[in-house]
Amino acid sequence: MTPFNRNFGQGKRTKAVRPDMNWEEITKAGNVYEPGNANTYETGDWRTIRPVWNKDRCIHCLICWRYCPDASIIATDGKFDSFDYKHCKGCGICANVCPVHAIDMFSEDEMDRQKEAKRNEE
Amino acid sequence: MKNKVAITGNEAVAQAMKQINPDVVAAYPITPQTEVVQIFSSFVSNGQVDTEFVTVESEHSAMSATIGASAAGARAMTATSSQGLALMFEMVYIASSLRLPIVFPVVNRALSGPINIHCDHSDAMGIKDAGVIQLFCENAQEAYDNMIQAVRIAEHPDVLLPVSVNLDGFITSHALDVLEVLDDETVKNFVGTYQPEEYLLDAENPVTMGTLDLYDFYFEHKRQQVAAMEAAKKVIEEVGREYEAISGRKYGLIDAYKLDDADMAVVVLNSAAGSAKGVVDELREKGLKVGVLKPRVFRPFPFEAIQDALKGVKAVAVLDRAETFSTLGGPMFADVRTALYDLKNDIKVVNYVYGLGGRDLRLEDVEKVYDDLANIIKTGRADKFVNYLGLRE
Ligand code: SF4
Ligand code: SF4
Repeated sequence: MTPFNRNFGQGKRTKAVRPDMNWEEITKAGNVYEPGNANTYETGDWRTIRPVWNKDRCIHCLICWRYCPDASIIATDGKFDSFDYKHCKGCGICANVCPVHAIDMFSEDEMDRQKEAKRNEE
Repeated sequence: MKNKVAITGNEAVAQAMKQINPDVVAAYPITPQTEVVQIFSSFVSNGQVDTEFVTVESEHSAMSATIGASAAGARAMTATSSQGLALMFEMVYIASSLRLPIVFPVVNRALSGPINIHCDHSDAMGIKDAGVIQLFCENAQEAYDNMIQAVRIAEHPDVLLPVSVNLDGFITSHALDVLEVLDDETVKNFVGTYQPEEYLLDAENPVTMGTLDLYDFYFEHKRQQVAAMEAAKKVIEEVGREYEAISGRKYGLIDAYKLDDADMAVVVLNSAAGSAKGVVDELREKGLKVGVLKPRVFRPFPFEAIQDALKGVKAVAVLDRAETFSTLGGPMFADVRTALYDLKNDIKVVNYVYGLGGRDLRLEDVEKVYDDLANIIKTGRADKFVNYLGLRE
């Protein structure tokens, strides 16, 4: 099978491109005919460290929301809600700017290992 | 009405651009192309065209601005030569892969070093693999005619590729020639109004161009470019026929001169084809069966037409005005020889590299080539594939 980016197997697919398209079907020059389509390209799997929110410390100042270069902090009703891990690339800026240190960065590898260990225990 | 004028090749190109009246021209001066944009800029300042003329700081920017304008939906052009084209190189690939119908004359000049401002085709051959259609012009008349046809070829929906129109630096660009120009109205009707199918300024139909492609679909998009090149062959012939109807001048993929019954043929691009035709006329009077094949189009390479035109000859000399340093001769030699390889007739094909850095191709040189070909036919052997014409040896 022709290799294609993992992205095609994950989030919503754009109208323009499907992995099963051959060269005659694919859009000319790779043009995309849908606005806002960057949302469907998931960059979260580049991440090696992951921000984790500490609910108790957070004062909902939303400084992190303003600084996140990938718009990966979701705020609801003016309050910190969650991370969009599908797009968060783990730069750690949010953890850095948070005035009350409510965001910690954890190694994805480490988290995987812990999860694995937990599964083995069960 | 026939309208004869005495102008240089550069003036002929600028004249064609004036009549085409593109929306945007972004260009930088470089010898021997300078005059083209200089003359054209005076048309802009005199209000003879309503083109937006963008003066940029380098050829890289010239092609970049042209790409931007073309992607936005404008009929856009630039012009260049030699080092300028080399500086554009990166953007030329962008233009062709974005499938933008940009027309740009290339006034052929050697690439440095040593520093040289005179004619050869090393600049054009540098972009032969960039996905650009390349038309070559024997003289100012062809430069003018090809510019006008280039617009239609580039913008054809089956093609949508940049077209470069090549003319020999100084030889064609600066020499005064008598040629026939069409009237403004005829050219205007021929090129028509540009209506891009999709463009960035179309607010109703948003489009993203220049996307990231990686291994997912890059390969497929290259294949599409090949298909566009393939389609271009038919389009070039069609446009040529239409152009013949308004001008009386015939244009196809190749120009076969006295090849019907020829035993020996010289294959050569641009102005040198004129010299070769002159020699052929003289040799024909002596009863020699000689001919010239001048590819008008080098990319896409019209190998079917070349096979067809050369299938009856016994020996062919390909004259290349560029080196490849492969030690196997010039770029056109490789292509012509490949095209003839499968013909059963065992045609001997030899190469002559000539005219580098503006060295003249003398009529005696061409005579020598036909002499050598006659020898090859007589002995049935070609001792040397690659030869240098007019070189101190
Ligand atoms: S910067 Fe820190 S305190 Fe402010 S909203 Fe973000 S996580 Fe909460
Ligand atoms: S780690 Fe970087 S990308 Fe991820 S949420 Fe924080 S600021 Fe945004």
